[in-house]
Amino acid sequence: MKQIKLSGIVKSYGKEVVVKNLDLTVEPGEFLTILGPSGCGKTTTLRMIAGLEEPDEGLIELGDRTVFSRNEGIILPPEMRGLGLIFQSYALWPHMTVAKNITLALKEQRLSKSDIEARLANALKLVQLEGYAKRYPSELSGGQQQRVAVARLIALRPSFLLMDEPLSNLDAKLRTEMRASLKRLHRDLEATTVYVTHDQIEALTLSDRVIIMNEGRIMQEGTPFEIYHHPANLFVAEFIGDPGINLFTGIVSDGALDCGDVTIPLPEALAKRGGKLVAAIRPEKLLVSNEAKSGWVEVKTEILQPTGADTILQVKAGETTMTLLQSGFITLAEGTSLWIDFDPEALSFFDPETQENLRDG
Amino acid sequence: MSDTAAPRGKPPIFSKQNLVYQVYRFKNKPEIIIGVLCLAFLSFVVLVPLIQIIKDAFTFQSYDLAYQPDGEVGAFTLFHFDRVFNQPISRALFVKPLINSLKMGFAVTLIAIVVGSSLAWLMVRTNVHFKGVFGAMLVFPYMMPSWVMALAWLSLFKNDRIGGSEGLLTYLTGVQVPDWVAYGYVPIVFTLAMHYYAYTYLLISGALATVDSELEEAGATCGLGKWKRIRIITMPLLMPALGSAVVLTFIRILGTFGTPALLGLPVRFFTFSTQIYASINARNQGDAYVLALVLIVLAISFIWINSRIIGVRKSYVTMTGKGFRKREGDLGKWRWPATIIVILFLCMTVVMPLLLLLWESLTLIPGNYSLSNLTTYFWSGQGNVQLAYGEPGVIHNKGILGALGNSVKLGFMAALFNGALGLLVGYAVVRGRGAKLARWLEGIAFAPYIFPSIALGAIYIGMFSTSIGPIPALYGTFTILVLITVIKNLPFTSRTGIAAMLQIHQSLEETARVQGIGWFRRMFRIIVPLSMSGLVAGMLLTFITAMRELSLIILLISPGNMVLTGVIFGYQEQDMAQHSSAVTLMLVLIIITISVIVRLLSRGAGVGRLNAT
Ligand SMILES: Nc1ncnc2c1ncn2[C@@H]1O[C@H](COP(=O)(O)OP(=O)(O)OP(=O)(O)O)[C@@H](O)[C@H]1O
Ligand SMILES: [Mg+2]
Repeated sequence: MKQIKLSGIVKSYGKEVVVKNLDLTVEPGEFLTILGPSGCGKTTTLRMIAGLEEPDEGLIELGDRTVFSRNEGIILPPEMRGLGLIFQSYALWPHMTVAKNITLALKEQRLSKSDIEARLANALKLVQLEGYAKRYPSELSGGQQQRVAVARLIALRPSFLLMDEPLSNLDAKLRTEMRASLKRLHRDLEATTVYVTHDQIEALTLSDRVIIMNEGRIMQEGTPFEIYHHPANLFVAEFIGDPGINLFTGIVSDGALDCGDVTIPLPEALAKRGGKLVAAIRPEKLLVSNEAKSGWVEVKTEILQPTGADTILQVKAGETTMTLLQSGFITLAEGTSLWIDFDPEALSFFDPETQENLRDG
Repeated sequence: MSDTAAPRGKPPIFSKQNLVYQVYRFKNKPEIIIGVLCLAFLSFVVLVPLIQIIKDAFTFQSYDLAYQPDGEVGAFTLFHFDRVFNQPISRALFVKPLINSLKMGFAVTLIAIVVGSSLAWLMVRTNVHFKGVFGAMLVFPYMMPSWVMALAWLSLFKNDRIGGSEGLLTYLTGVQVPDWVAYGYVPIVFTLAMHYYAYTYLLISGALATVDSELEEAGATCGLGKWKRIRIITMPLLMPALGSAVVLTFIRILGTFGTPALLGLPVRFFTFSTQIYASINARNQGDAYVLALVLIVLAISFIWINSRIIGVRKSYVTMTGKGFRKREGDLGKWRWPATIIVILFLCMTVVMPLLLLLWESLTLIPGNYSLSNLTTYFWSGQGNVQLAYGEPGVIHNKGILGALGNSVKLGFMAALFNGALGLLVGYAVVRGRGAKLARWLEGIAFAPYIFPSIALGAIYIGMFSTSIGPIPALYGTFTILVLITVIKNLPFTSRTGIAAMLQIHQSLEETARVQGIGWFRRMFRIIVPLSMSGLVAGMLLTFITAMRELSLIILLISPGNMVLTGVIFGYQEQDMAQHSSAVTLMLVLIIITISVIVRLLSRGAGVGRLNAT
């Protein structure tokens, strides 16, 4: 297993700098996801690793090979990098049968005929498409096409795997199924994998590690747990989580954060600080009671969205709206009173100027 | 961080690292390499010849010594320009051909546009009968040389002016056809218009079919009357197509040689094209070059005027959006009369010329159209000194069969090279989108469009009559015919190539690339098969054009590289009407047969699958 390493990568299109000084290491065999809003440079980064775009500056190493170094004058074409790449569109060749699609690259490697046959059969078996070898891509469903794209990589056995939103063309149900098949692909190939998506569920469920990108910069890298529970800055806090995190902006006074309608307890270190702060808490971390408790804040329900197992509640304390997430299928009349409280352990605090996390729970 | 070099920043421009980097970078981009090669090749075969004849036109040539024995060969001179524009001979050399060419160009274009758009309107927007058959018949003129009508005209109206036999009309009625009906301006305009309407028809019907009739209906709901609707909505949407039809027809007419030669030369009616031919035959290349340049300037100014009037809103007509609907108006009681008019028209422009040629080819003694005079001698005769200077009939005639072989070879080779070049240009242009190289390449691939055929021929004489560096003198070789045909058709095929490449999403090639598949295999296994259906249509058109072309190659053919159209022209010059008719018929039949076969084959090749994904 080999690592992927990017250092000091800069990429611009004309005057617009879309990747800004990116440093990134993918450990051998790791499944790394790059997550970020549309246009943040995810695809561009992936294509630079594949060699389909040239960085303006920087260094890219695949395993112990330098495939790009602006300073040393090295640039290896994509065909010599030994990668596997899955596009959003799968990019199956429409004029070739499934079997031809899978074996074309193997023939280029001058493998023996029996070897090619064996790899083809094995790949088709792993994606459960035995018997489809003679079909053309247009005769397959979207999910089957995606599996052919996966089988193509299984047969090729690359050491590195790059995937650019491979699930975005599928409907929701098929997606869950396909996530499993991609995870298996990663496991079977033991390939170092970079996966690009703007779907956070994919990122959180599939990855060993997640990188959050915005406007060509890395905002945070960490395990899905760290990203979700310890966002490094306001951008990550707001970007991750559905329903979104609750934010309260207030002024430190008397050892607590005064946000007008609610007052939020502060840890000691921050209480001394003074000035403005932003407090954040996930909807499921707010403590909720339907009876009045002393020191708790009374809120009125506004909109309830039961999703089956959980219910999303939009509530209002004075003029401040917030979102709660409770398990169970809840039905309450609009305007019902509830009482909430803040678990000091679950709160995060951000500096409104630098956007950085000051201390999280 | 790497320990060999800091990852950040760039090395200085002239450092070894940067140079190595730039070389590798270039090597990694096949579209740039191909683009540069195509650009170099096209500059060599398009721009260099043009510069060459400009230079030659300003240089004193050895053949000018006949007029100015004291001239210095190779020196700068205005002699040719003086002759063409200033000397008394200018009237015959320049003024008259100019007037004739313009008169001819405007009249033919006007008629072709009126006829073509009327047909387009009938076929697209009305419920005229037999649309299928008409549609097939209307592309027939494409497959015939433009001067077939002229040959048929001669069979019908020839008088005894050129010494030979008389035509069918005189035979039947005994009336001597006056010169102005048999030769010169009127028949030239008529026969050319009855050929070129097919081009305007195709362009305009294509555009008309994409103008959404809902737009017109929307106009109706705004309370616009029928004529106002056509004027305010339909016409502006059609203008670009109409404009390009006008330009295309006009430039073709300027460059056409066959018809003005057949019908004009007997009465010394010269156009630019025939005058260029005459000057070259008289070994006054200098005059021909100047005239060719004038012709190019005319064509360019015409394109310019057109773009000023119509603007460059090229993609206008395709803006149909969703909900596209075509509505056929009901002709009511005019349905049958309109149908009959179209039938008569097609008989006149397609069926009758071919029948007349057939009849002509079967007459033993020229001018005698009686049944007793019919013979198959000119098709299958062994050669008889008493008849037609002993020329054997078509199927025993080595000259004809050799030329036939050359024509077919020319068609196939031109189609093949043209397809390949069109694909490469398309590849470089589409993959390199946005870069200057791509724009230059697109521009230069389009350039031959502005050279009227005969002018391009003249340019090529100037360029390739001597050897240039490693390239031998190509004049009189078969290669030069292939080359000029490929170049003349390039504007069209490179567009086909670009369109075909745009259909192939780049991820299809990139996937292959990442999987380690090299350029040649990507090309032959992915790009070529996927663009084939579009390319075949383009290549077929090149084949047809190459087979029936005369204007383009008339200046370049010699006994060594004779093709069928040249043979026909030769027979006609020697007043051997039966031979020329027979060979023309054979040529048309071969073109039609081959195009039908290619159409059937490419339809059978499962092209439908490729539309998916
Ligand atoms: N070929 C190009 N030319 C010019 N600009 C480009 C090009 N490719 C990408 N960009 C720009 O670079 C930025 C990053 O694009 P990129 O495709 O990497 O975004 P992304 O993160 O993959 O977005 P998405 O989630 O929508 O796929 C965008 O602003 C885009 O407009
Ligand atoms: Mg993307």
